[in-house]
This record gives sequence, structure tokens and C-alpha cells, in this order.
Amino acid sequence: MTRVPPLDNRLSIEKSDANRRGLTCKNPLRAKANVPASLRRKSPPRLPELSEFDVVRHYTRLSRLNFSVDTHFYPLGSCTMKYNPRFNEEAAALEGFAALHPLAHDSCAQGTLELIYDLSVRLNELCGMDAITLQPAAGAHSEFTGLLVAKAYFESKGETRSEIIVPDSAHGTNPATASMVGFNTVNIASKPDGRLDVEELKKHIGSKTAVLMMTVPNTLGIFESNIEEVCRAAHEAGALVYMDGANLNALIGMVKPGELGIDLMHLNFHKTFSTPHGGGGPGAGAIAVKSRLAPFLPVPLIKKEGDKYASDFGDGRSIGKVKAFFGNTGVLVKAYAYLLAHSAKELGEIAACSIINANYLRSLLKDVYPSYSGEYCMHECVLVPGPDMTAKGLKTLDVAKGLLDRGFHAPTIYFPNIVHEAIMIEPTETESKETLDEFVAAMKDVHDEGIADPQKLKDAPHTLPVRRLDEVQAARQPNLRW
Amino acid sequence: MYTPHTKKDKEEMLKTIGASSFEDLVKQVPAKFLWPKLSLPAESLDESQAAALLTRLAGENCRPLSFLGAGAYERYTPAAIKAITSRTEFLTAYTPYQPEASQGTLQGIYEFQSTVCALYDMDCANASMYDGASSFAEAVRAAVRVTGRKKIVYAAGVNPQYMDTLRTYFAHSPEYTYVKIPMKDGAMDKAALPALLEGAACIAAQTPNFLGLIEDMSGVAEAAKKAGALLVVSADPVSLGLLSTPGEYGADFAVGEGQSLGLPLAYGGPYLGIFSCKKEYVRQMPGRIAGLTKDKDGKRGFVLTLQAREQHIRRDKAASNICSNEALCALAATVYSALYGPEGLKELAEANSGAAAYAAERLSSIKGVSLKFRGPFFNEFVVSLPVSAGGLREKILATRGVDIGLPLAPLYPELGETLLVCATETKTEADILKLEAVIKEAL
Repeated sequence: MTRVPPLDNRLSIEKSDANRRGLTCKNPLRAKANVPASLRRKSPPRLPELSEFDVVRHYTRLSRLNFSVDTHFYPLGSCTMKYNPRFNEEAAALEGFAALHPLAHDSCAQGTLELIYDLSVRLNELCGMDAITLQPAAGAHSEFTGLLVAKAYFESKGETRSEIIVPDSAHGTNPATASMVGFNTVNIASKPDGRLDVEELKKHIGSKTAVLMMTVPNTLGIFESNIEEVCRAAHEAGALVYMDGANLNALIGMVKPGELGIDLMHLNFHKTFSTPHGGGGPGAGAIAVKSRLAPFLPVPLIKKEGDKYASDFGDGRSIGKVKAFFGNTGVLVKAYAYLLAHSAKELGEIAACSIINANYLRSLLKDVYPSYSGEYCMHECVLVPGPDMTAKGLKTLDVAKGLLDRGFHAPTIYFPNIVHEAIMIEPTETESKETLDEFVAAMKDVHDEGIADPQKLKDAPHTLPVRRLDEVQAARQPNLRW
Repeated sequence: MYTPHTKKDKEEMLKTIGASSFEDLVKQVPAKFLWPKLSLPAESLDESQAAALLTRLAGENCRPLSFLGAGAYERYTPAAIKAITSRTEFLTAYTPYQPEASQGTLQGIYEFQSTVCALYDMDCANASMYDGASSFAEAVRAAVRVTGRKKIVYAAGVNPQYMDTLRTYFAHSPEYTYVKIPMKDGAMDKAALPALLEGAACIAAQTPNFLGLIEDMSGVAEAAKKAGALLVVSADPVSLGLLSTPGEYGADFAVGEGQSLGLPLAYGGPYLGIFSCKKEYVRQMPGRIAGLTKDKDGKRGFVLTLQAREQHIRRDKAASNICSNEALCALAATVYSALYGPEGLKELAEANSGAAAYAAERLSSIKGVSLKFRGPFFNEFVVSLPVSAGGLREKILATRGVDIGLPLAPLYPELGETLLVCATETKTEADILKLEAVIKEAL
């Protein structure tokens, strides 16, 4: 990585100097402010007093302490850390989009409404679905929206169904969402090959089941080959099948989830559609559904009337709103820009290259880091440290920290939970063969160092701004603010 | 297209893998599902073509002189914020799962939490939520968890979209009840509180409220406490440069919409949910939290902490399913607060108050137009009109390019023909005189 200056780890407040000023507001209307003294705050907020340059240097310095997609290969499994095209950022920043008030009159928002409408049409086609809401702010927020839609659907039919079935390989958000929506979670064990056990499923699915939530491909990077049978079993029980779209990058343009029998699914624009993760957000989500679920989607949706676009508040069956206003529209502009840059065929190349890249890594690494599954993977693979490493007491965490020292962000570790010491690698389609070769060399170097000098690897990282951090102290004596 | 693979690359890689073809790699997918017909454009656009198309769309959004507020506020975004948030080390990083490689993001979150605590005068804050509405709903959920009660007493001046979101968050159970605190001259009727509070989980209020009025919160927390209920308040962060804080009047949970802190309007998002609370409820906070700790050598560093509340550990027993935050928006808000500092934020708040006061003065001088409420307001206010507010808005928008504000009849039919008018620090005296002129002319 870039060598950073010796760590000046002062907080902004520790650089503050009383009465030093950055920006000012000189609007003469200030003189007309008329808030009664009794309603004013008693003392000023304890915020830093800095010059503008102090602020810029402080945060520029902080930025240099981060690994990021632009600076480092970042193969976090299930997170799809692909290149975030610069053009997308410029598109979203266009004044006409960025300055539009969310309560603007529809006649004033025709450009954004047309964009949302066309984006919806394209996404429905990609997913093989009939209707879509772009209101959710993120993936977990989409799951929440989707399960509320499912609940409203069953209520409209007079059915009370209380259970959500989730495979044990699922993301933690799935059961957390189920309980937020008031469902009980039923966990189904996966088969040794990582796939959903259809016999187990049939034992648990029934008239109480509202939704089967599954990730396709699953979190082991394996496609559920028996998906038709799974969907059939769910439908025969009157349940819906929800697809967690976290791994859609493996299918985009190549498989339409709607054709598999999926009834509703979510999308993560910050994964599949190249919008940046921003250090943990903002993302954007969506729920795409088959037509029978459409009336329950959050409002407003966008409709086209002649050559005009308008907000559609539905027929009263909607679940309501899951956030104020429309959605993370600024993120949607980026996703739309991304779609414009791909023809139908090129969209399929995304899936194809992501699958080739993951299998390439898997095949080059499997002798040193055994693959959990004996099959080819889809867009990500799950490996584990080999027996020679575990014999030396080396853990997945040590591999992760050793990679950081070699200028690579670590893969996702310790997930999926069903794999002991999991190392989950998702290279994405935007990484070149050369980068993958360098990563393989680094992984092997970590292995070799671990065998030769286990303690050195257990003490890694050695080259970063800080060494391993005391998480126990952080949780026991929380220090959460200045 | 953004894939770097040459034909030769692919061939070599497949050979290394030992696959005879790409189709060989995806045998686990039943063949009939592969490569469906996609009715999408057969040609992609090159970057200049895409730029032309998006510029056309952006141009189809009109740019009126706008006096819309109602939960989203026109702000000037300082250039230094864009310079920081476009640093790709912030922009293209993920959630800081590897703390040693994410100290920039983590310290940024810690400083954001500190900024929120300073502005709201609260003990602790999280790394942010999706927006003000979801923060509000999560705070009420937390109050319900803490008290074990399911009655929510809310002020009529809470943003109606926040109430809609809250009802959606509780849609799974009919046991939740909502009791509205009546309005008195546009503000909360505090005298009505004691009679409503029995068995309540919380009072949920907002100040400045949706109608722009500054609520006098004195005694509200005490009334709640007496009934065993908590106080949840949503407050605009810029207003807190000047106004009394949730900490001062004893709120248990304080939330807000952080868009005010210099984020673009962007037709509703991405925004920034601010979430803070008293320290006894720290483990009831949803979402990510950054904490300060030490590394092996005793050097200061930051980590995500108190994760035992979260979905990836607790699964169905988690405090919330939330997984991301709005980190980049939180960073922008932190930089905004640092750039302006306590004095600059006070100036901004004064400019908002002054601009709205001047607009109210000018509009109420128009014959037939009057201020609906008497109480003090911050940066927006309600006027009564002698004609249909919706009709007047459309007419002036179409003919004069001015958006005069939000007609309230669809949300508050009891208020009659009224308009919610907002003026922030972006408005000048000339803008406000223009607003007065176009309304006068159209009436």
C-alpha cells in the first residue's frame, strides 16, 4: 500500500483552536432572526474550530488510512466490490438530478421520473419480474419491504402464515428481518454439498409457511440446481419463494430469476449495479415481484400516461412507505448510467467473467487452501486454511491480516457460518487476470510465511497504520465519542 | 462494459481451470434457464452518448426558485465536502470489517457520532441510519423494547411521512396503538398530555415541527417520566445551531434527518438518519457503532463495537436487521459541521430563521394572505390563502417558475387552504420579494 505518514491519530476536536474559523454564513437576512431566548440552546455545541484547510487536510489524511476498491483488490465475498465507474458519479451529480426536491411537482420532475420508470422496466426484464419498487435504501431494508409485501398478500387472501424458512447458510439479515416483520424463522440444514436439502424442506414446509427465503447462488457460491423442485414444493404448500439478490452478479443477463420460479426478490444496487459502497453506504435496494404481489408494493410507483410520467399511489392495498419520499434516487441514477453502458449481451458478460474469475482463483488456490465444495463455483468460492496451517494453529483471521500486509484487502471471513474457518472470495468481473495472479501469489506467500514462522503471521499486520486492535476493551468500556 | 478480459485471457483462464468451455463451468444451472431472451437494447451507449442522454433527462427536471421544505431542505454544499467525499478511498471502501485497513472510515464514524452528540446534547450516537424517517421508526421501536409497552403517543406535528414509515415498521402487529396529541395553534397541546400518557411507551415529537413551529419542550420529558414513558424527539440538526437541544429538555432518544447538513436534495435520497440516545440505552441502538480502543502496541485505533446487538451475530434476536449505514453521507455531515464549526452553524441557523421571518413578514402583507399560527418558527411557516393552494402553486410554477411551497390540504385537511413555505440560508432578500410579487400578481 501507499506509505502513509506516521500516524497522527488526533481527532478533529483535538486540533481545534478557540475562535479559529472555517466557513461563514454572511446572508444579511441573519439580522432578522427572531428565536426567543427561552427556546435557544444554552451553550454552543462542542464542535471543532478549524480553518477550511485544517479540515481538508485532516480528512484527506484519514482517507489515506483506508483500503478501497480503487487502491486495492478487495475480494470481499458476497459484497461484490467491483469497479465503480467514474461516469456514474458524474451523472448523479448533474444539477438537474441533484437539486430536485423530493416534493417537487411531477411536472417539474419529468426527467427523474422517466429515469426511474425506464430503470424499472429494464430491471423487471433482467429479473423476469412484473413490478418493482425502488424505495428501499439498502439490501436489508429491501428484505424488510419484501416480507411486508408477502405478509400483506397473505392477509389479503385471509391466510395467516407465521413462518419463514431460511437455510442455515443464509445471511444474518434474513432471520433478523423475519423477526422484525413478526415471523418465526425455521432453519433448514444444508446438504453436505451446500445445497438446500429438499427432503428436509418438505418436512418443514406447510400451511404455516409464508415464505422460503433463499440466496441464489447460495452463500457458498453454489447454484441451487434443484431450484425448480424447491420452488414447486413451496408453491404446492401455498408459500412464496423469496430470492436474496446479494449474489445476483452471478446471474445477471444469464439467468432470469423469475423463470426459476422466484416470486419476489431484492436487488442491491451497490453490489450488482456498480454503485460505490461509500464505507458502508449509501446503497439502494429494490423489490421485484410477480404481478400478484404488485398491488402491495410501497408507494409511490411511477406510471407513464401518454408521454408524461406521474407518481402512482396505488389502490389502497400498498404496505405504505418504508422511508420518507421516494428512495435513494441519487444512487438509482448511477445504476441507470451503468445499465446504459451495457447491451443485453454485455450484461451477460458480467456474470460470465465473474464466474470465470472466481473459478480461476479457486483452481489456483485449492492445493494450498482447500475448497469447501468439490464443484465449480459461480461468482465466489469458499476456501479454508489447509491442514498444514491449522496444525500450526493458524486461523483464517491470520490469513486475512497477512493479506493486508501484502496490499490486498481480505476476503469475507467466518461466513457462511456453516463452514468452519471460511474464507469467502468474490473477485468480481472487473479484475484482470494479472491482478488475480498477484493475489494468488500473495495468498501462497501468506501460507508459506505461516508455515515457516507462524508467530509472525499471528502478529500480522505489521505494515498498517495500526496493529490488531483490542475489540474486547472496545466493547467492555465503550468510548463512542469525544 | 467494464470487464478487462480479452478473448485470450478467457481461453487461458478456462484452460487453467480445466474447463472445456464456459458452459462446462455453469453445468449446475439447468440448461433451459441459461441465456434467456432479454428485451433490452442490443447496443450499449458509449460514454459521450450516455452523458448526452442523462444530461437531457436532468434538463427535463425544471429548476424553479423553490420554497419547498417539509422535511428536505435546500442547502449550499461547500466545495470542500465534495473534495473529501469524492476521495475514492472513502467512496469505494466497504463497511470497515478489517479495522486495520479502514481506520479512515472508522475514525470518520467516531467523529460523526461525536458531532451528533455535540449538536443534540446526547450521550451516544450510532454510525447513522437510512434517513430521518427510519431513524424515527427505529427510536420508537427501541422505546417499545425498553418499556415493554405498545402505545405510542405522538404529536400531530410529526412529519406525516415519518408516521407512515413508523406504521409500516409496526405493521406486523395490530397490538400497537397510536394516540395523537392534539394541536393547539399549530404546536403540541401540552395540557392534554397527562390524560393521554397512561400505559404509553413514549411521546414521539418533532421540533421544529412539520408546520415549522418550534415546540416548547419544557416539561414534556417530565410528563413522560411521570407516566413511565420515554421521550423520542426528531430535531433538525441545523436548527440546533441555535435552538434548545434534546439533551437540554431531557429526551431519551433524539433523531433527525441529516440531509440538512449540506447534502443534496436528490429527489429524496440518499439522506442521513441521525440516531442518538441517553447512555443507559446504548445497547438498544440499532446499526453500526464505532468505538475507540488500542492496538497491540497501545496505540489509539478504532473498531466497530457492541456488535452483539447486530444481525450477523444475533440473527433473529437482533435489535434491528439493519446492516449498512449511510457512511459517506455521515462523513459529508461531519465535514460540514467541522467546516462551519459552532459559530458557523449558529450563523446558518440565524440565516434560516431570518430568511423565513422575512418571507413571513412579506407574505402576510399581501391582502388575503395571513400567517396561520402565532408561535415562533424556524425556517418554514404556514400561510392561509384566499384561493386553492394547490391551484395557486401550479399556476405560479407554470407561468413564473417559482415553487411557492407545499399545499397542506392533502395532509392536514383541517387547516383549510394553506401553504407550507420554507426559506433557508440559500434565499436572498430579492428571492423573497419575488415570491411576494408572484403571489400578489396571481391572487
